[in-house]
This record gives sequence, structure tokens and C-alpha cells, in this order.
Amino acid sequence: MKALQSVLLALALMVSGVAAADVGVPHLDIGKGGHCVNDPKFMKLNHGDLLKKQRYITVHQGVIGRYSLINCVNCHASKVNNSVLGTNSNFCQGCHVYAAVKIDCFECHSSRPETVSQTLKEVAK
Amino acid sequence: MDALQKGRRDIRNFYFLVGLGLLVVMAGLFAAHYMEEHGHIVTGMSNQVVWGMPHVFAIFLIVSASGVLNVASVGSVFGKTPYKARAPLSGLLSIAMLAGGLTVLMLDLGRPERVIVAATHINPTSVFAWNVFLYSGLVAFVAIYLWTMMEKRMNPLSKAAGLAVFAWRFILTTGTGLIFAFLVARQAYGNAILPPMFIVMSFAWGLAVFMIVQSAMYGWNEMALNPAILTRLKNLLGIFILGVIYLVAIYHLTNIYFAKQTAFEKFILVDGGIYPILFWAGYFLIGSVLPLFLIYSPKMGTQRHVLLASILVVLGSFSFLYVFIIGGQAFPLMIFPGYEVISSTFGDGQIAQYSPSLPEILLGTGGLGIAFLITTVGVRALNFLPKDE
Amino acid sequence: MSEINRRDFLRGSAMMAGLAVAPGMMLYDLARANQPASSAVRWGMLIDTSQCEEGCDDCVKACNKENGLPGKTGPTDEQWIRKVELKNVKTGRVTSLPMMCQHCAEPPCVDVCPTGASFKRADGIVLVDRHLCIGCRYCMMACPYKARSFVHEPLHDQKPEVPRGKGTVESCTFCVQRIDRGKDITACAEACSKAGHKAILFGNLNDPNSEISKRLKEVASTQLRADLGVDPGLHYEGL
Ligand code: SF4
Ligand code: SF4
Repeated sequence: MKALQSVLLALALMVSGVAAADVGVPHLDIGKGGHCVNDPKFMKLNHGDLLKKQRYITVHQGVIGRYSLINCVNCHASKVNNSVLGTNSNFCQGCHVYAAVKIDCFECHSSRPETVSQTLKEVAK
Repeated sequence: MDALQKGRRDIRNFYFLVGLGLLVVMAGLFAAHYMEEHGHIVTGMSNQVVWGMPHVFAIFLIVSASGVLNVASVGSVFGKTPYKARAPLSGLLSIAMLAGGLTVLMLDLGRPERVIVAATHINPTSVFAWNVFLYSGLVAFVAIYLWTMMEKRMNPLSKAAGLAVFAWRFILTTGTGLIFAFLVARQAYGNAILPPMFIVMSFAWGLAVFMIVQSAMYGWNEMALNPAILTRLKNLLGIFILGVIYLVAIYHLTNIYFAKQTAFEKFILVDGGIYPILFWAGYFLIGSVLPLFLIYSPKMGTQRHVLLASILVVLGSFSFLYVFIIGGQAFPLMIFPGYEVISSTFGDGQIAQYSPSLPEILLGTGGLGIAFLITTVGVRALNFLPKDE
Repeated sequence: MSEINRRDFLRGSAMMAGLAVAPGMMLYDLARANQPASSAVRWGMLIDTSQCEEGCDDCVKACNKENGLPGKTGPTDEQWIRKVELKNVKTGRVTSLPMMCQHCAEPPCVDVCPTGASFKRADGIVLVDRHLCIGCRYCMMACPYKARSFVHEPLHDQKPEVPRGKGTVESCTFCVQRIDRGKDITACAEACSKAGHKAILFGNLNDPNSEISKRLKEVASTQLRADLGVDPGLHYEGL
């Protein structure tokens, strides 16, 4: 199912790329943005698999890596509503609505950035 | 009434039954959807009573699904003709009840949409995971068995298939018993007597279900069961009921004398409120003594009496499972031997309260509905009526 | 504002990438953070019940705060740690102690889980991988310590480092989100010592030189229901 979903998403994105004209392509609020952990085009196609691999490494081996969902959200939460969800221009929701692929992540994961300062202050204390 | 009229009436009745079954199934599915949307907060289950009403229904269906095959086994494995004539019906019932029970179990999961995970990630040490194999295996074996019986060319293989089914269902019911027997930390479970107890229960409950369905089919066709066969079947049922009483007694006695779990036994059998009542009145009196009386009393033992006895056995089985599953969890875990818990926010040392909610009951009855629907349609579509020459 | 955020963010990513930049962070074992959990470590606790104050629930509060738990105590609410007051049946002596997942070496919850969602990390921490949990609750039936909670209702506003969700089972994680970021003390242990008690000692049972190992060598302690043979990672003193 998940595999099918990513294939569909990939297809949808490719089609949108081929169509070139940005008809109906959502205008995404990429939040803080900046330098992504990998080439954005690569990320567009592979973020699902990367997250899945990362989740195993994080949960089972305790390594919080580069492709952690927290990282995604930290950079891409909209500055308007402090979230990657909410409207169809928010980073995750916007694209997934466009590609008609349901996101399961945020039933459990926070869609808001880590209060980095807080966590780290606590850690650094 | 001429044949045409009878035919019309039959069709009308058939659609009525199907409609009824569908209604019950729909209610169950709706309840499951409601539970999934709101979470298990809408059930009576909690962190202490983690398995509730759906599990009572599901375990009844699964255990009986294995037991109902008994009739087929006696026919195929031991070559007894009157049982052979009943083998196809017993196979159909088995698949129907297994389907019902498994659907209930699946829909009660916290994340029912993830059953696929259960099929792709298997933990080899988990009894639950074994059971997934055992259940799907049984469906496959029974389907093959039915085929060998109904397809003339396959008939020679029917004995071998019957044997496989026979062996498989023993393992399956053992597996169901082991789900509980492996729970060493719980006083109600963790007992080696549970697998054999479940096997004998499956005989009794399965035969009772079989008798009920058979009566309904004979009634429908305005036929009477051959008295010699009735006598055989009812005697068998009687023996099974006695067997269950024996094993249930041993289960409680081992708890009292060997495991020294007197506090738990006192709770379940004497002062635990609803649980002793259900055990003594529901399981023992209504579900065992009364059926035995109906079967063996010289003035009784007619087809009607046996039917009533079978219905009572089923009611008794539900009482038993309620006490076993829910009563077994309501009694607190013994975490601090030698200490009494004065206070805890998590219910340590306290008897848990449980009252089943409507959605979980509807989910359970939905499982019964699925079994009923499959049986009704199956019986109508194919020739399952046991015929005795 | 954006400047601060940016700085914090950089620190955050550095942290996650395992690079020590800020001087303060060197205090923690960053070399270990971002290394896969290893069996050279077995996390455990020694609970000194004589230090645990009756009526104090600072550890519980700290856990709820750290992990974003609601802190309610109904039968369907999630509780990872709880305070239990006990009375010795024979002597009448009253003892107070915190109770949580015992992080068993032979965890029954792991044996029974059909999907392998309930698992033990190499460093002895027993967790539920909620991506795999189907919510069958068999682990709750199997746990001898009633350590697990089922999430009975939809959740909102979970903490980013502690994802949790409806329909899955959860229990104490030894604050794994701290450990994986190099901070080797659980929220409950920290709160307990902050409150001036020293009831919870957290540490590496596999390191003979750790404080917990040394203490375990000195004082008499027991594991709860040791007869079951699950070898809990929690040891209780004064029971
Ligand atoms: S205390 Fe319970 S939940 Fe924790 S590891 Fe042991 S069996 Fe598993
Ligand atoms: S509830 Fe989840 S963690 Fe527990 S046994 Fe079932 S699948 Fe495993």
C-alpha cells in the first residue's frame, strides 16, 4: 500500500514536471526553508522511503539522523501557522492534497517544529 | 400447500433471513467504525480490562468453529456413515464461524487498518502470530475438505483431507488455549490445563451449534431427524458437557490447591459480584446441568429438548467466557507479594470495573451475523442438508 | 527573533547530526549520542524506597511533562509511571514507591507481540514501535507489572520528540528521547533529586563502575516478582 502510494506520488510529481506549466500545482509555503538535507528534487521523490528507513534507525537503534521527520518539520513549518499542516499551502498538506496521498504521520507526530530551544536547553542544563 | 406455494414461501423466508443477517452485520460494522473513529474510549474496556465483549464473542466463534468440525471428523476419520452425511454442513459452519470470529478480533484492534502489518511482520515467538497461521490454515484445509466431499472425482481424497482437518483443528484449539496459558503473570490464566480445557469446550460448543443449525434446517424442510441419529448426537453432546464440567473443575481446583490462588478463586466463585453469578447460574446451572437434564431425563430427549439443551449450552458458553476473560482481568495482578496496596492511581490491588458498551456488543453480534449469513447463503446455494438413508 | 530561532535551530541540527558545537553540550556524552544503542549498556534503575516520600509525586509530574502525557488518572488514561503506597501485611510497615515499566531482560510483552512492535533495544530499553503496533493489547495482558497503557482517544499536540497516537500501546521509555540526545538521566530521576529525595538512581547496569552498579553491590535490593524470571531492569531497595 505504502509502496503504491509512493509510486503514485512519484507519478503525480513527474506528470506535473512534464506538464511544465504549473497548472494547479500548489504554491507551497516552505517555511524557513534553507539548505535541504538533500537535493529538493531527490527529496520530492524519495522522502517517503527515506523517512521510513530513518524511522527504523531512530526507533530501533536510537540514532536521530538526517532524515528525521522532526528535521523536516523544523524547517518547513509555515511561519504563518507554525505547522506543516492546516491549509493547502502548508508544506506537507499542500503537496499531499495535490497528489491525493493520505499522510498518516501527523496522527502521532507533531506537525509543529520542535521547541528546539526548550529541548536543548533542557538537555544542556 | 402445493410445491409452488412452498417454493415461494421458501424464497420469501430466505430473503427475510438474509436481510436479518445483513442488518446485524451492518450494525456490527457501523459499531466498529464508530470505535475506530472515537477510539476505545467508547467501549467498556480500559487499561486493566484490556479485552472485553468483542473477545468473548470472537473466542466463542473461533473455539466453536473448531469444535463443529468434530462431526466431520467422526465421519471421515472414523468412517461413521451418519456423521459423514453431516460432514459438509459441519465444514461450512466451521468456515462461517471462523470468518465471523476473526472479523470481530480484527475490527477490535486499536489500528484495524494495519492488519496488513500483522501479515507482513511476524514475530515467531508470539502465540498470536501462530494463531494467524493456524486460522488461515484451517480455512484452507476445510475448503479443500469440502471440495473433496462435494466433487465426485475428488471423493477418494476426502479421507486424507478429513484427517488433515482433524489434526489441524486440534493444534488450532491448543493455540487458542495457549494464548491464555502463556500469560504466567495473571492468576486466571497461565495454567497448563487451559489448552485441553479449550479443546473439550470446543467439542461441546461446536456440537451444540451444529445441533441448532441442523434443527433449523430440518424444521425448514419439514423433516424429522432420524431418532437413532438423534440419540447418538445427543449422547455425544451429553458426554462433552460432562467433559467440560470435569476440566473446568480441575482448572479451579488446581488454582486453589496447587497454585494457592485462593483469593482469585474466591473472587471468581464466591464474592466477585457478577462473576460468580454468571459462573454458577449461567455456566453451571443453565449451561450444563439443565442441558444434561434435558438430554438424559427419561421423559425428555426429544428433538425439541435437545435443541433447547443446545441453545442453553451456547448461553452457558458465553457466561463462561465472560467470567473467564473479563473476570480474569478484573482481578488485580499480584505485583507486590506480601504487601497490601493502600493507594495507587493505576488501580493496583483493586478490582477493575467493567461494563460492556453498546458498540462493542454490536461488534460482537456482528460477528455472529457474519457466521449466520455465510451459513444461510451457503446452505441455500449448495446442498448441505444432511440426508440419512 | 528569527536570529535566535536560527541559532537554536543550528544547534538543534548540530545536536542531531552528532556534532558538538556549543561548549555546554560537551558535558554530555555526545560521542555516544547518535551511536546505535549498544549492548555494552543496559539501562536500569535502583529505587530506594526509604527515600521515596509518601504523597510526593514529582516523578509522575515530571514524566507527564517530559512526554506530553495528560496526567489524568482514570482507568482509560495513559500513565507511564505511578506512585504506589504499600503496607506490609505482616508488619504493617508502609512503603511508598514509583512503579513503571521494569524494562525486563526477558520481557513477556515482547514475546507475545504478534508483529514485533513491542521490542527491546540493544541497551535494554523496552519500547513499542508504534508504526507496527496494531493495538491488539496482548502485551498488556502479558506484562506482569501492569506497566502499559492503551491510548483510548485521539490525541492532539503531542511533543515532537515523543510521538504517540490513538489505538496503540505505550509505556515508560526511560526517556529515550533524552538518552538518544546524550542526556543520561530520566525526567523522573531528575525531578526526584531536584525535590531533595534520592529515591531514583538511573544508570548503566553493565558498567561495573557506574554509580548504580556500585550501589547494587553494596545494598540489599530486590526485583519485583523475581520468581517470574523476567529479570527486570528495576531494582527496589527496602522492600
Ligand atoms: S515491565 Fe511489562 S512492559 Fe515493561 S518490559 Fe516488562 S513486560 Fe514489558
Ligand atoms: S498492542 Fe501493539 S505492542 Fe502490544 S502486542 Fe499488540 S501489536 Fe504488539
